[in-house]
Amino acid sequence: MPGVFETLPALVNGNAALVRRGRYCTTTFLVEVGDTAWLISVHEGRVEKVERGPFLMRAWSFAVRAPAAAWQKFWEPVPAPGYHDIFAMTKGGHARVEGNLQPLMANLRFIKDLLAAPRSSRRA
Amino acid sequence: MAELEPIVGRYLRLALAGRRHRVYFEEAGQGIPLVCLHTAGADGRQFRHLMNDEAVTRHYRVLAFDMPWHGKSLPPAGWQDEEYTLTTRGYVDLIMTFITTLGLERPVVLGCSIGGKIVLELARLHAKSFRALIGLESADYQAPWYDDTGWLHRSDVHGGEVSGALMSGLIAPQSPEETRWDTLWMYMQGGPGVFKGDLFFYRADGDFRDRVSQIDTSACPLYLLTGEYDFSCTPEDTLRTAAKIKGARVTIMKEIGHFPMSENPAQFRRYLLPVLDEIKAHSA
Repeated sequence: MPGVFETLPALVNGNAALVRRGRYCTTTFLVEVGDTAWLISVHEGRVEKVERGPFLMRAWSFAVRAPAAAWQKFWEPVPAPGYHDIFAMTKGGHARVEGNLQPLMANLRFIKDLLAAPRSSRRA
Repeated sequence: MAELEPIVGRYLRLALAGRRHRVYFEEAGQGIPLVCLHTAGADGRQFRHLMNDEAVTRHYRVLAFDMPWHGKSLPPAGWQDEEYTLTTRGYVDLIMTFITTLGLERPVVLGCSIGGKIVLELARLHAKSFRALIGLESADYQAPWYDDTGWLHRSDVHGGEVSGALMSGLIAPQSPEETRWDTLWMYMQGGPGVFKGDLFFYRADGDFRDRVSQIDTSACPLYLLTGEYDFSCTPEDTLRTAAKIKGARVTIMKEIGHFPMSENPAQFRRYLLPVLDEIKAHSA
């Protein structure tokens, strides 16, 4: 599991269609995989920075939190029902989405594709 | 040679709640009328694969209208000063008026999502008017998966983009890219506030938990089919609903989400054709 987010800049920035989809998105958001926190900084659809916590007094817009086992299922090449979408996971009680949701909702398809990007690298 | 599809589209003038409407519908095939009801915030194009499927159109006259405010059906005059809200009563009136105006005799109605939900009310109120009823992604109630439908209609979030992005999760991962994105395009094209207005019926006004047990399936057979990847109307929601309706037939569909006919037509027809064959056999 460590390493999944380190690959994000290459996975996202190397995908021209995805960068285009996120071209109006500039924000820093928090992702928690169990106890491990990550801050992901996006600038105009490109992942500029991925940092691993713990963090002290850092600002972020929204947060997506789930146990490691849930993310593992989410990133399966063909995820099972209930783990195939972040909102399937929130409804099922496996994940939480919190904070200022406007940047998330305004760029929802881009953020969902970004979070699902590790799926493609696990298909091989 | 022009590659023409068998689908034909026309406009029908209807009076609904005393107001003039111009409703667009498409049809293909001949035989038993099969009226198809699209999902919230979308339009009748969701049924284009069904209408292009000879195994269906050989014995069924498939019709699908765009609800007012959706697709090619304009809102009624004066819409600019109102907020669109779909109600149970208005939806039933629309369907019954469409059927009687076109003179469709004891049609089968197949509806998905809001269309699947209203099928339950058609079964309760008008069973004798139908040969059979088919509800896709249908339940008497389903718990919401986001609290605030306000996200669908506000000035700092693009309504079409966010609707498409939300719905993307309701499509099964196995569904082909082309039909997945077709399905989302219809959501992206919706008018401002229309999807939200439909969800008033889906979430609030269409809570039928107190009445589905009144449905008499001996007057009209009821089929409920739900996709395993649907987390809006879950398989559990449909099974719980069916348990209250004596004689309701339930199928949980593999590798399908909330939009069976539109997201994966090839997979869906495996489940639908046996149902249509059974209905045809019983009406012979």
